[in-house]
Amino acid sequence: MAGAYLPIILLLAIAVCFGLGSLVFSSLIGQKKLSAVKLQPYECGCEPVGSAQERFSIKFYLIAMLFILFDIECVFLYPWAVLFKRLGVFGIMEMGAFMLILFVGYIYIWKKGALEWE
Amino acid sequence: MDIFGDIPWYIYFAAMILKVLVAFVFVLLTVAYATYAERKLIGFMQVRIGPNRTGPIGLLQPIADGIKLFFKEEIIPAQASKFAFVLAPLVALVPAFISFAVIPFGDSIQIAGYKFPLQIAAYADKAGTVYDLNIGVLYILAMASLGVYGIVLAGWSSNSKYSLLGGLRASAQMISYELAAGLAIVCVFMVSQSLSLQAIVADQSGLFGWYIFRNPFLFVAGIIFFICSLAEINRTPFDLPEAETELVSGFCTEYSSMKYAMFFMAEYANMVTVCAVMTTLFLGGWHGPLPSVLNFIAKVYVLMFVCMWIRATYPRYRYDQLMKLGWKVFLPITLFLIMGNAIWMTLFK
Repeated sequence: MAGAYLPIILLLAIAVCFGLGSLVFSSLIGQKKLSAVKLQPYECGCEPVGSAQERFSIKFYLIAMLFILFDIECVFLYPWAVLFKRLGVFGIMEMGAFMLILFVGYIYIWKKGALEWE
Repeated sequence: MDIFGDIPWYIYFAAMILKVLVAFVFVLLTVAYATYAERKLIGFMQVRIGPNRTGPIGLLQPIADGIKLFFKEEIIPAQASKFAFVLAPLVALVPAFISFAVIPFGDSIQIAGYKFPLQIAAYADKAGTVYDLNIGVLYILAMASLGVYGIVLAGWSSNSKYSLLGGLRASAQMISYELAAGLAIVCVFMVSQSLSLQAIVADQSGLFGWYIFRNPFLFVAGIIFFICSLAEINRTPFDLPEAETELVSGFCTEYSSMKYAMFFMAEYANMVTVCAVMTTLFLGGWHGPLPSVLNFIAKVYVLMFVCMWIRATYPRYRYDQLMKLGWKVFLPITLFLIMGNAIWMTLFK
């Protein structure tokens, strides 16, 4: 079975070489006339104010946390789906119960306003 | 150690190297000419001519663009985190170019008594049993998730406000739609009972064998998967991360030269992969009237045309609408689809 994985490693090596090659090659042959102003981050022609690597909206953290919760549920669904025909009606009832609990949580985060972007 | 069954090692390696090289070059050329096709198609749709100066009807345009980008000046902003800044395009490009490894692009062929499956990550033993990655779909999902890192890294390391906003938006958007896309394809596994793409394609022979035509739930799931995939690879109408009217160029504002081109190539390579995955999971893979490889390529190109057509037709979403669509519309619909599909499959065996 390991034979199916070897080509992926070869492809990975080729892709990395291609990427690194273009990076190195372009930095070798590209022209270089750098100046202090050119090296500033773009800010509509104004002097940049402060750093950009600062605090940002909490909404993005919240979305990431919700993603992890639902993605774990997604991971539970995959083995169930692959064995779906063998599990029969019992499997559907189990999954129905699982989904019901999940749906209560989903309605909770909706009502709490975690999915709002204002 | 049993790595590739009972076939001679030189045959295994020759087939492997040939398949990898041909597929890589083919995807690279498709990516190059997808940029040309997109400019030309959108040109015609907007009653313009599109590129027509380099070569006959502008056919050498992608090559000219490539050469030009190599000669462009490379700028790394003074305040950027240099290592991450250089690493980011590589992290975006590599997963985009290796995720098609598990996609079967044709039926197995027989040469000199040996059987060769037309799929990069697969081989057959002397008896003709095909071994492929038995978790092919998970591999594709994993690579699709890795693509987020390149964009987040680019947005953060540039140390520019537009880049940061673009990177944040991209990450939130990609993980939100990854969820809905991941749930939509659960319906496919319920029918296929396997995560191996060889098995999934083998199960879809004949027009009404295509998973998208199997039942109404799979039809909706297929459409949702395609839309979510467009959002996951930041194509219009979901190209918020690089919304040029508000964010200049989003996460790649500070990038120039080949580094910019690598993000560009990653985007188009992702488009090829998404269309190939859609073809494999829902549209019957390489099954069809033509020789198997041609069927596959034709289906992928038709889907890519649809992507470009969508780009020429629809305006961009607003960010709150985008997140609302992902979390409040697609997520509950996919959950209902899974339960509906389960009940349908039990009732109509």
